[in-house]
Formats: sequence, structure tokens, C-alpha cells
Amino acid sequence: MDIFLQQIINGLTTGSVYAIVALGYTMVYGVIQLINFAHGEVVMIGAMTAFTVIVAIVSAGTPLPPIAIVLAGVLAAIPICMTVGFLLERLAYRPLRHAPRLAPLITAIGMSIILQQLALLIWGRDPRAFPQIMENTSFSLGGAAISSVQIAIILMSVVLMGILTWFVYRTRFGIAMRATAENVSVAGLMGIDANRVIAGTFIIAAGLGAVAGVMYGTYYGIAHYTMGFILGLKAFSAAVLGGIGNLAGAMLGGILLGLVEALGTGYISEFTDLCKWPVVGSEGMLMERCAADGHVVLFGSNYQDVFAFLVLIMVLVFRPSGLLGERVSERA
Amino acid sequence: MNTSVKVLSLSVAAAVLMMGCGKKEEAPKPAATAAAPAAPAQVVVKLGHVGPLTGGIAHLGKDNENGARLAVEEANAAGIKIGGAPIKFELVAEDDQADPKVGNTVAQKLVDAKVVGVVGHLNSGTTIPASAIYNQAGLPMISGSATNPALTEQGFKGVFRVVARDDQQGPAVANYLVATSKPKVAAVIDDATAYGEGLANEVEKTLKAAGVQVLPREKGTDKTADWKAVLTKIKGKKPDVVFYGGMDATGGPLLKQARELKIAAVFAFGDGACTDKMAELAGAAAEGLVCSQAGIPVQAAGKKFLDAYKAKFNIEPILYSPFTYDAAMLMIEAMKKADSTDPAKYLPTLATNKFKGASGDVEFDEKGDRKDAEITIFAMKDGKVAPFAIIKGGKSLTLDEYAKLGCSPDAPC
Repeated sequence: MDIFLQQIINGLTTGSVYAIVALGYTMVYGVIQLINFAHGEVVMIGAMTAFTVIVAIVSAGTPLPPIAIVLAGVLAAIPICMTVGFLLERLAYRPLRHAPRLAPLITAIGMSIILQQLALLIWGRDPRAFPQIMENTSFSLGGAAISSVQIAIILMSVVLMGILTWFVYRTRFGIAMRATAENVSVAGLMGIDANRVIAGTFIIAAGLGAVAGVMYGTYYGIAHYTMGFILGLKAFSAAVLGGIGNLAGAMLGGILLGLVEALGTGYISEFTDLCKWPVVGSEGMLMERCAADGHVVLFGSNYQDVFAFLVLIMVLVFRPSGLLGERVSERA
Repeated sequence: MNTSVKVLSLSVAAAVLMMGCGKKEEAPKPAATAAAPAAPAQVVVKLGHVGPLTGGIAHLGKDNENGARLAVEEANAAGIKIGGAPIKFELVAEDDQADPKVGNTVAQKLVDAKVVGVVGHLNSGTTIPASAIYNQAGLPMISGSATNPALTEQGFKGVFRVVARDDQQGPAVANYLVATSKPKVAAVIDDATAYGEGLANEVEKTLKAAGVQVLPREKGTDKTADWKAVLTKIKGKKPDVVFYGGMDATGGPLLKQARELKIAAVFAFGDGACTDKMAELAGAAAEGLVCSQAGIPVQAAGKKFLDAYKAKFNIEPILYSPFTYDAAMLMIEAMKKADSTDPAKYLPTLATNKFKGASGDVEFDEKGDRKDAEITIFAMKDGKVAPFAIIKGGKSLTLDEYAKLGCSPDAPC
């Protein structure tokens, strides 16, 4: 039971990171129906910037409390990522606003590659280890261990989701965003500057990405110039799972995907252990191997990365609009 | 040989042309005098090196390349003559990204570039498929770090390695674990590569033979960053020791996350994760890890090599650079002895030659494996992997005892 609980905690933590990244995909999609494939790279740049700042502060030997150093990393990463997000929109996507749908999509993939190569030039090829400055105390929770970093990540993402929901539903800019998402030209007639709203959406998405990048880096202790690619794909799957374009959907999708991944990785080899299947284990070679090893596992935990895409395919087949979405099928 | 003939005839032609010009127009002098003497012109001989220069273990690939580069530059500085002509060796360094597909592409590229021999690759997973390409082209290949036994079991004549095999390394580290931690339950994890899985298999076999209960194998990939789910599962089975077959780029995060989950087991790694980088990647959690290398420790390599390496690259050698250095030197020595850079002519010499290198005495057996190869067991202490036992010929020696044997590379036994 405690193992099950531990997997749930692991899943919630990764799920929180996925959710924050997925919000970036879903917000941009909601407003201009573009899948911004470069978003994963924005997350990576956030992690790398924070890494640089944190290492600089630590090696300078300033007597700051650890939490302040991490915060300084986050505060440096957010404006940098926002700038990257703004430039992406201004330089790459705005000129293609009225082009056929495929053109901005391919541009997004191109921007992703460009950002990755830029990061390679700036930060090099080595995996970068985040210095462990925070005392990573673990607390017991019903037999499972939950670390302070995990608590911080889960709390942080809940707070961010709260702020974002308030922002979108309660502020003037949020109303303008939702109006633009509904219909760009009608929103324009109501005096809303669509360019400002779209640029603002990109900037907010990139800011969230920066925080997610720092979360990921401090949690796994590692940052690498290729880390954004698979993280971005998984978060995109999470956004589709929840219903792309839908904020609550992205949050739900992210958390669910994290849980599916943790539980799937944890239990797949138990479920695909042929020796535990009464039907098969009767005679022959299989029986001998079961007797010798006690287990014959079909699919092991190395299928970890497959779950996200399995979920993506299932959603696309059985509920293309996602768990909470309605609009995808008519717009796609 | 083709190239050298071409280069030779070309430069002779150039020389004749220049002399001709000189007579007519009273000379662009310096060029004419340089080419004029009848002595044969310098011949450029290409040696290949392959390792991952991008990706998670690029630092190890660069270390391997540095070893080979140092050997080539020392040979050039010594002014070697083969077949009467002064030779200039050129290192053609390629990046295989630790990916078997890319490995095969660059192997073909080296064959097409007419190199006369290849040092590499780094990973077993890239070396084994690439060795078939070199074999077909008749090129000798020496890996300074591929440890999977399958490499030299293919019956290829020109395939060698200067490190020990995993069926020596695996039992060595497993026996060490059995002797020191007396485990009842062991967990084995690998990264699903030819190297990681092969080594993990050897460790599992030895542990089982010693009566240790081994849990079902867990696997990641060579890019996994999130080990929490796998480790949580293992934690429930309460192993006394955990072995991971994989590289440091994934092994570091694995160890760090294991300690966060409060897994108290002794963690052991193979040579791919037996570097100081583990301390950087895992932080304080790295302290006390056990690991093995399939050769003598870098610190025990020949002093001449260590000094030259530091002077040239301004960094410390990491892992297998003494071995790639020896691999390149072995090829150059064999060419000198056979007085030919033709792979077909120097290969028999290479197979039988005895050589005193930076990593000790090197001699190959009939399969192409290093005879009497050493295995070293390390422990992480104060952020550095410190060697404390060298296993040679089935005997476990401390560093001092090894030095007392008089077997140091500077004075081989």
C-alpha cells in the first residue's frame, strides 16, 4: 500500500510539472489555434537560465538562504523566457497569422530546432547538474516518503493554476483573451487589440514554462539542452488528453498523465509477468524459466515514455475532443 | 596504400613541375628548394576515432578522443618513417552520438575516407554493429572501452579491445558486493543498451550463483531522467544492494533519486558510471557508491601519459583515455614494425605484437581480447572515485600491492 501511495506522490509531482507546461500549449492553442511546438524548448531555456544563475550565486559564495537562491533563479528565468516567447510570436508566428494552418505549425517545429541548437551553443553538450542547495528533507506520509521539493512543486503548481484561473476569468485582459479566443474579428470590433492579446498570451505561457523548467531541474537535479523535446511532447499529450484549448483540461490532463506514467511504470512488469498468469504457466520452456527465475516479464519499466503516447492515441481514437474539451473536432 | 601512392606521385609531379618552372623564370625560391630534394615526400596516414561527442556522455567520448589524439601527436613529433617515407598521422575524429544507427554511418564514412585503422567506438552498442563494417573493409579496429563480450566473439580477425570484458568485470564487482555487503536480496537495473544489459546480466548471474535472491530486472533507457517510479517499486522489495548497468549521465540522477526515496541499499555501478561526474550529478548521495572499471585506474596509468595529457588538454583524464592512447599507439607501433601502413600487412603484426603502454603490458589473445586484463574496484570518497582494489589474474590487490608487484605501467612486470 505504501508503495502504491509513493507512486501516487511521484505521479502527482511529475503531473504538476506536465500540467504547468500543458497550460502553455493550451493557452496558445485556445487563442490562435496554433500548436506551439517550441514551447518545450522555452521550458528548457528556463531550466538552463535558472541553472546558470543558481550556479553563479552559489560559486560567488553569497550567504543567501537556499530558498532565496532558487527564487533568484526563477526570477531570472521568467523574464528571459517571456522575452523568448514574445520574440517567437512577433518574429515567427505573427507574419504567418493568415497563412494556411500548416505553415505556422512547421515554423513552430523549426523554431524548436533553432532554440535547441542555440542552447547547445550557449550551455554546451554536457548534462548540467543542478547544485543541491536546498536541504531535501523527506517526510513520512502513511509509509511513503514525500520530499520538501515535491511538496514545493505541488503547492507551487496549485498556486499558479489558481492565479491563472483568476487572471483569465476576473481581469480585463483575461476577458479580452477569452473574447479573442471566441472570435478574433468580433473581438476586434469591440475594441480589443488582438495583437496585444496574442502577444500577452505567449508571454504568460512562456512565464509558466520558465517556472516548470526550474521545477523539473530541481526535481531531477539535471538539465540538458535536449530535455525540452520529450517533456514538450508529453505536456502536449496532456493538453490533448484534457481537451486542448481548455485550461482546466490541461491541468487535469497533466496530473492524470503523471499518475498514469508513475503507476504504469511501477506496475506494468507485474501485470505482464507471464508466470503470474494461471493460463500460460502450465508446461514447457516458459514453466522452466518461471521455475528458474520466478518471473518472465513481457514489458518492463523501460516502457515508461510510451504511456504518454499510448494515452494520446487512445484519446484521439475514443474522444478526440479530450476529457473536458468541446471545440477541437469542429476547429481542427 | 592507395592514398600514399597517390600522394607520393602527386608530390613528385608537383616537385618536377616546380623545378621546371624554376629553370624558366629564375625561381620562386623557397618553394622550389623545399620540394626539390630527391627524398620521398611526407605521406599522410589517416587514423579514425569514433565516440559520442554530443549527448549525455559527450564528456567520455571527448576523453577517449583526447587519448587517441595525444598518441597521434606524439607519433608525429617523433618523426616516424615507414617504407622509407616520413609519415604524418592524421586523426579523423567522428561523432556517433552513442547511437548504433549513427555509429554505422560514421563507420562507413571512415572506410570511405580510407583510414588505415580505427580506434573506437566507446559504447558496446555502437561498436558491435560497426565492427562488421570495418571487418568487411579489412580495417583493424581497437576499442578502448567497449566491454560487451559479444564484440570479440564474432570471429572477426581485425577486432580488438584493450579493456577487460564484461564477463570478467561483472563477476568481479558482483563478487566484491557479495564479499563485503553479504546481501540477501539484490536489485539489478539497466539502461536497455548492449553495454548496460550485458553487464547487468553478468552481475545477475554471479549474484545468483552466490545464492543471492535477484529481483525481476528493471529497465530505463540511456536518456531516462525520471527513475522515481522504478526506484519506488524496488524500494518495496527492500534490496540490500542495487546494481545499475548504464552510464553516468543516467546513473547520477538514479542514485540521487534513490537516496531521496530513502533507499538504504549499497549502490554499485559498472565502468560507464565509474567517474567523478557521478559526484557532480548525484551530489552528496554519491558518497560511498561502489563501481568497477575494466582496466587499471586512470591514476595508475603511466606517468608520462598523465603529464602529457594534462599539459596538452589542461584537464585531468576521466576514464578510458589511457586505453584509447594505447590503442592508437598499438596501431602505430604495428605499422612501424611491419614497415607498412597497409591494413592487410600490419594486421598480423598488430595481433601478435607485445606492447608496453600507458595502461600496462598489452598483448592480445586469439579472440582479440586483452590478455590478463585488470579490473579495478572503486568507491566514491569526498567527491572522487578512489580505487582500492585491482583484480588481476583472479587475485585482489590493493593499489600499493599492485605497485609493489612492480607492474606499474612505467616499469611493467
